[in-house]
Amino acid sequence: MTAVENRPAAEIGQSRLRKEDAHLLIGRTTWTDNITLPGMLHLAILRSPMAHATITSIDVSAAKQRPGVVAVFTGQDFAETQGSIPCAWPVTPEMVNPGHPSLAVTQVNHVGEAVAVVVARDKYLAQDALEAIDIDYAPLPVVLDMEAALVADTTLVHGHTSSNRSFTWTFESGAAGTGAPIEDTLRDAEVTVRRRFIQQRLIPSFMEPRSTVVSPNGEGVTMWSATQVPHILRTMLALTLNIPEHKVRVIAPDVGGGFGGKLQVTPEEVICTLVARKLGKPVKYTESRSESLMSAHHGRDQIQDITITAKRDGTVTGLDVHLFADMGAYLRLVSPGIPVLGAFMYNSIYKFAGYRFVCEGVFTNKTPTDAYRGAGRPEATFAIERIMDALAGELDMDPMELRRKNWIKHEEFPFTTVCGLTYDSGNYEAATAKALELIGWDELRREQAERRARRDPVQLGLGISTFTEMCGLAPSRVLGSLDYGAGGWENASIRVLATGKVEVVTGASAHGQGHETAWSQIVADQLGVPFDDIEVIHGDTQSSPKGLDTYGSRSLVVGGIAVVKAADKVVEKARAIAAHMLEANPDDLEFAGGSFSVKGSPGSGKTIQEIAFAAFAAHDLPDGMEPSLDSDATFDPENFSFPHGTHLCAIDVDTETGRATIRKYACVDDIGEVINPLIADGQIHGGLAQGIAQALYEEAVYDADGNLTTGTFVDYLLPSASDLPSFLTGRTVSPSTTNPLGVKGVGEAGTIASTPAVVNAVVDALKPWGVQDVQMPCTPERIWRAVAEGVGGAATADRSAEGTVAYGGASTASSDGSGEGEQL
Amino acid sequence: MIPASFEYERPANLDAAVRVLQDGGEDAKVLAGGQSLLPVLRLRLSYPELLVDLGGLAELRGIREDGDAIVIGSMTTHDEVLKSELVRQHAPLLAQATATVGDRQVRHLGTFGGSLSHADPAGDLPTIALTLDAQLHATGPGGPRVIPASEFFLDYLTTALRPGEILTAIRIPKLGAGWSTHYEKFDRVAQAWSIVGVAAAVRRSNGSIAEARVGLTNMGTTPLRASLVEDELSGAAASAATVASASRSVTEGTHAPNDLAGHADYRNHLAQVLTRRAVLAAAGI
Repeated sequence: MTAVENRPAAEIGQSRLRKEDAHLLIGRTTWTDNITLPGMLHLAILRSPMAHATITSIDVSAAKQRPGVVAVFTGQDFAETQGSIPCAWPVTPEMVNPGHPSLAVTQVNHVGEAVAVVVARDKYLAQDALEAIDIDYAPLPVVLDMEAALVADTTLVHGHTSSNRSFTWTFESGAAGTGAPIEDTLRDAEVTVRRRFIQQRLIPSFMEPRSTVVSPNGEGVTMWSATQVPHILRTMLALTLNIPEHKVRVIAPDVGGGFGGKLQVTPEEVICTLVARKLGKPVKYTESRSESLMSAHHGRDQIQDITITAKRDGTVTGLDVHLFADMGAYLRLVSPGIPVLGAFMYNSIYKFAGYRFVCEGVFTNKTPTDAYRGAGRPEATFAIERIMDALAGELDMDPMELRRKNWIKHEEFPFTTVCGLTYDSGNYEAATAKALELIGWDELRREQAERRARRDPVQLGLGISTFTEMCGLAPSRVLGSLDYGAGGWENASIRVLATGKVEVVTGASAHGQGHETAWSQIVADQLGVPFDDIEVIHGDTQSSPKGLDTYGSRSLVVGGIAVVKAADKVVEKARAIAAHMLEANPDDLEFAGGSFSVKGSPGSGKTIQEIAFAAFAAHDLPDGMEPSLDSDATFDPENFSFPHGTHLCAIDVDTETGRATIRKYACVDDIGEVINPLIADGQIHGGLAQGIAQALYEEAVYDADGNLTTGTFVDYLLPSASDLPSFLTGRTVSPSTTNPLGVKGVGEAGTIASTPAVVNAVVDALKPWGVQDVQMPCTPERIWRAVAEGVGGAATADRSAEGTVAYGGASTASSDGSGEGEQL
Repeated sequence: MIPASFEYERPANLDAAVRVLQDGGEDAKVLAGGQSLLPVLRLRLSYPELLVDLGGLAELRGIREDGDAIVIGSMTTHDEVLKSELVRQHAPLLAQATATVGDRQVRHLGTFGGSLSHADPAGDLPTIALTLDAQLHATGPGGPRVIPASEFFLDYLTTALRPGEILTAIRIPKLGAGWSTHYEKFDRVAQAWSIVGVAAAVRRSNGSIAEARVGLTNMGTTPLRASLVEDELSGAAASAATVASASRSVTEGTHAPNDLAGHADYRNHLAQVLTRRAVLAAAGI
């Protein structure tokens, strides 16, 4: 074990204000769009107004004559050099990847796809010149509905493939040897409940739009980009464009949020690199919000067919999951892996005997999907928590009682699940008890009964989500077994300077999470140096050369542990020097509070700062000792981390207007040990907001021609603080047993847990009307229709206007074509 | 998003503004805060060649009392309207609705007159002007004239303002004793456009409703008055049942839009519920 166990006045556990906030708050940030280089040119990108069409001609001659225009390029100019946007997660050997040009060459496959790029002396001139580009498109039939896309002899998104199915990924507990054959549990079921749930398409909507600056130099390039993944981007850019990796430097300066939306190698990054190299000039591209909404990758968009079986007494036996996952028009970096990540989470905290998961990845003429906060796990949690409520209804059991009967008891940890994962620790009973207390559950149930009895037009609904998730991506061997193209380790190095100040270099590239503060707290405890003496360096492949970046709630549980391991090495090096200085045996020294002393004679010690200077001067070091305390460590986790918790939602549903208003939201999360409670709470609050947003507000809607009709924030509704309640949050602590800090991930937990709690509450409120489901987002109109028509049916009514589709399975009457051809 | 390029003029007085606007002809647009116009320009949905910014016209700002009315300069910002004691006292309905417009930043830049001239049927303030029987003062090449609110809103984003004409002030009659008002706005998130809005003004007398006015937001291509409801309520008993019954007539003569924010049948239903609630709240029932 490490020095954690005997740490002095600990930094860990303190609600330190974030180091990185001062410069954010006073506007001293360096966003990519703030970067200006001498001679820099500006790009504007022309995007397809068609969802599916052949490009019959492009005339850029007039655009080239516009003032200030330096060059105009189309896909034809880069057809031989642009390669394909990489997909690093071929989930099956047979997976079909049709290839993804950054600039469309002969065909466009979704609205918003890049078709031409103008290079001009300023961004205004570049934008103006876009209007002078003349393109003829020959429209092709549009593929929007996933199930229709899989019918034989239908229109193909990519004519050179044989079907719109990219892959079918299967897991079955009988075959895997992790549980009973699913067919046995289905056959022997005493009770069977089936449901279809729709995971609507969401748009990550990070605050800072994407922006890229590329400066060519000799053989290589330096790229600044608003990315979550500078290290992955460097490697992938090198492979995609055939640039030697050591000639590529990627810098992620201040990055304003990502939520998975910047876990990507984007067409725009490739286009900037191609243009900069072609012209030998630095270039910048910054997207508008409208471009971002239609061309940055989307999330979710799945149809979930779920079957649960149980005994009459409520013991669950089997879970059968069939997904259709909309890939959109192309496969991006980890598109196919996103639904597959959920495969191991549908069984959640419950003890199933048999389990099957089948996922079909489908191409449509929509923006590609990829990672969005939670990535596969919110979908899984939603489905299991919704169907547990449905099963409780079928059995006429209290939904919490059904959960209690089936969840893993705290004395059963470590517990190996029906899909083969081993949960290391947890206490579902404790978190649930605390959450029930926090929200005042029994009192709310009494009030609910009273309001039902007097037919109050505003009904109270109570929703539960008892969730777990797997995060901290990831053990490299597990990723290998899932055919992911890289490992899941993280790197850190520590440099102890002559004056005793410390530089911590991390490969986990922060974009708003607070790594600088949290890493400083960890190192302050590990090395016994003051919090303010620590500088955290990240986000530049030159100064932080090794890393796998930030996503999947991995930074602390993988990257933070790498920091601990690097600090351990510093302490061991320092111990040898201290022993030499104190003329003592290294084994007789103890290290506490930043000072080595001979056991039994405190006060006679040497501080880490004194040792740092001795190492720097190197006048008198032990024979063979290198004059440095610096260290480097790479940590590969043995297991995922499994945060869990109980989220409870009390919602007022106005049955006359359909409006659902959250009255109380309480959650108790078990994220193991906590480094900085303030940061952890911030992650929970933000996560809740995004999960609640899926339940009640957000939805990307396409019309029958494949136009994104929710193309601005007027129509794509993001809730703000004024739309959300004050959250009641609490914690239980079941330390992780698989890492030395006992920590679990927290970045996605709020998003993963909250969505089903809210929807369960809405459906619970409508129980007197026999309503079984309300499709997300639970808009007032959908709720009103559910009330008006009762029992399910209308609850899935398409929210959008005639001629548009709210998801791939809805009706597609022809649209009026408004908005088509607009330059955006 | 970057607008196409345009010329910009900021005249110092009303006469100059009218002249510049007239010279600009069809391709000139008035900039009166810009909270609706600028998004349209940035999305390149409109390509005016000249913007005439009224922001320098002090004479169009401010709120004053004028006998039985208050007069609000067209370039008075929403924030100024909200903070006005005169508005709060004599046109509380306007204050209540203005508080729901956009966010704080929008309310500091957007203007009352700009909102009325833009005439978005999902906007709240045109409904308020209509409900309060406002008189709209305009000045153009032909001199000043007064347009009643009932004749001002002609169609979607279309008003009775003639080419070269500028809305200068809005005269709102004071509601006398016995009147009370309420605005019910229904939207999905704060800072959004109304899916449906209902404004109610009610004068009670001896346990009955002596007079009622009901205005509707986003139930057609212009703000509307629900005259059938008004007629049914006038002289009726001030009871929940009467109000509920009258509210059912609210969709008469409306043409609710059918769009992403709501289907027409849902809006029709909402209008009935919100009318009942607005009238009950205004009448204190």
